[in-house]
Amino acid sequence: MTTLDYLQVILFLALIIGLTPVLGNFMFKVFSGEKHFMLPVLGWLEKLTYKFIKIKPDEETNWKKYTLGLLIFNFIGLVFVFLIQVFQAYLPMNPDHLPNVSWHSAFNTAASFVTNTNWQGYSGEITLSYFVQMIGLAVQNFVSAATGIAVLLALIRGIARKTTDKLGNFWTDLTRSTLYVLLPLSILLAIALVGQGAIQNFKHYETVQTLQGAQQIIPMGPVASQEAIKQLGTNGGGFFNANDAHPFESPTPFSNLLIMFALLIIPASLTYTYGKMVGSVRQGWTIFTAMMILLVTGLGISLYAEYSTNPIFGHLALMEGKETRFGITNSILFSVITTDVSCGAVNAMHDSLSPISGMIAMINLMLGEVIFGGVGAGLYGMVIFIILTVFIAGLMVGRSPEYLGKKIEAFEVQMAIIAVLLPNFVILVFAAWASASNAGLSSLNNSGPHGLSEILYAFSSAAGNNGSAFAGLNANTVFYNLTLGFGMLIGRFGVIVPVLAIAGSMAKKKITPLSAGTFRTDNSLFIALLIGVILIVGGLTHFPALSLGPIVEHFLMNNGITF
Amino acid sequence: MKTLIISLKIFLFFTILTGIIYPLLVTGIVQIIFPEKANGSFIIRENKVIGSELIGQQFDSSIYFSSRPSAISYNPLPSGGSNYGLTNIKLKEFVNERKKQFIAFNKLDSLTIIPSEMLFASASGLDPHISPQSAFLQIDRIAKARKFNFVQKQKLIQCIKDLTKGPQFLCLGEERINVLLLNLATDKIR
Repeated sequence: MTTLDYLQVILFLALIIGLTPVLGNFMFKVFSGEKHFMLPVLGWLEKLTYKFIKIKPDEETNWKKYTLGLLIFNFIGLVFVFLIQVFQAYLPMNPDHLPNVSWHSAFNTAASFVTNTNWQGYSGEITLSYFVQMIGLAVQNFVSAATGIAVLLALIRGIARKTTDKLGNFWTDLTRSTLYVLLPLSILLAIALVGQGAIQNFKHYETVQTLQGAQQIIPMGPVASQEAIKQLGTNGGGFFNANDAHPFESPTPFSNLLIMFALLIIPASLTYTYGKMVGSVRQGWTIFTAMMILLVTGLGISLYAEYSTNPIFGHLALMEGKETRFGITNSILFSVITTDVSCGAVNAMHDSLSPISGMIAMINLMLGEVIFGGVGAGLYGMVIFIILTVFIAGLMVGRSPEYLGKKIEAFEVQMAIIAVLLPNFVILVFAAWASASNAGLSSLNNSGPHGLSEILYAFSSAAGNNGSAFAGLNANTVFYNLTLGFGMLIGRFGVIVPVLAIAGSMAKKKITPLSAGTFRTDNSLFIALLIGVILIVGGLTHFPALSLGPIVEHFLMNNGITF
Repeated sequence: MKTLIISLKIFLFFTILTGIIYPLLVTGIVQIIFPEKANGSFIIRENKVIGSELIGQQFDSSIYFSSRPSAISYNPLPSGGSNYGLTNIKLKEFVNERKKQFIAFNKLDSLTIIPSEMLFASASGLDPHISPQSAFLQIDRIAKARKFNFVQKQKLIQCIKDLTKGPQFLCLGEERINVLLLNLATDKIR
């Protein structure tokens, strides 16, 4: 690595750290209904929304009604995105006459975009019309991210309030996150990306005669608008198959920086918003620090592995599946943050990463997407781990566990365990099924331990709602479309429902005032404990599988063995 | 039932707002301020569209600079990489084969160090760039194939220098050169 490489990493992290309080504070104002500078610009649109759907924005509901609204809203999205795909040939804005999508692929894609995963079993440019991309997928990019924020807000209210059953209004939370946070930032980012060369049009695919006289058909489309929200909403589903490696999605190193910034900034800032809303900014920074330590550690290991030499390729820089304009450092930085944040956009092919770098990406998924994680989703996942940590710490010192003045009792711990177990269940059971069946194995692109890595990565990505892939795996089969589709739904709603149940239960409790006997959750001891719990839960669950995949591949590679 | 109606209505509202108005608004703005880029940065020569500045093309003729290897042979439908893992024997064979070919094609010394982007396939399969070092290694072959004299060959070297882009804003990304633009400039050398 050169000085320039270090400089780029530091610059990026400094941007995130510096702007976290700025955006975090703005979101605090938006979500607590205070005055903010966007109100004069878009306040009318918010009022119009409430008028159209006929609700009172301040009318709050209990956790069950909140959950019901959320589930019904998401179910409508699922059905709608499914239907417009299987009938896309009869719908408008399909200038290149792409045929109807198969039912299993349509189900997978619908589940994928509703759950904020954006796993892509298909290749955008040869499968989906502009209509489906815009009206189906881009809309879900917005509302699935807004759904994540809404769940987080309900949880925060559950923690911050006392002796009530009111958790807020789902429709209001959904509307405010979309209108004031996601939409304005998306418009700005989309324009900036086109300024760098990303495309935004509704033209036919362009046929050109290349300099050597060959024919090349170049796909077009409304790319930048989709690109912007796909990053900001930590969705990650590319307009094109190559995602952010495609020069029309991310043409320059600067567009790459903007994209990386966009995918991390909202999850990072939400920790600050969280601190403000629970009444202690320090609590927010504590969580931020734990996440940042995990991010930087993963990044360090991944960079070290990718820059190491090996007997197969000697001193050659490992440029397979990487773009010249990004080089190795930017590709690795991207691979680490896109898997930390459950974004899943890629600017390099993760399948071709060195085994240890690929493993870091996989571990980021397996830890439950809590290292910043998806918009909203990462932080509520982290609160689950915090509940487990105060519970375990309480057991160790013999105190009744509490967090921010709220007693953590059997119900909260049970729900937290469900939220942790369900995604891991998907990873281990489904991956075992795929590794033991012809339907699973026939899709592999690589043999040896790397084949197992392809399967493991796919289910980790689905369960963590990430969406990135070891893309050699041909996942557009009935088996993978269905297993991954259900995996994504379980990984999403199997966490959301327990989280909202915890929110409901916490809201009813009294707040115990701080005393000398309170176990502090805002110091470095707590950060260390929290990281320990995350690594132990993730490590114990997945180490055996990882040792058969990337770890053994690493040792074989260092002995020059190929398959 | 009430929840279902609210859900349907808000779904419709957001579909119109974020699915139709948002992309159209962005399209409208960028078609005014960056029309060329928004439409694909196409290059027109002698009234014909010969490609996009951003999308790489296959070059195997001896009068042109070669692009990187591509898993999709520069056919953008669909884009993508090889997805070979490092322990995949096919990757090892491809790299050795490409190394031999590059050395033979450019008549280089067999010990020449070839920049690795010429041996490994890109992520998108459409990478428009190579490193300037890779371009310099191809000069002799191109000058010979085009029967360039000394002055013309100096112009060719100058082309590479002119078209090389350093890290953006002095610190972002890698040094690179656009192969299509370089070949167009090469065609212009008289």
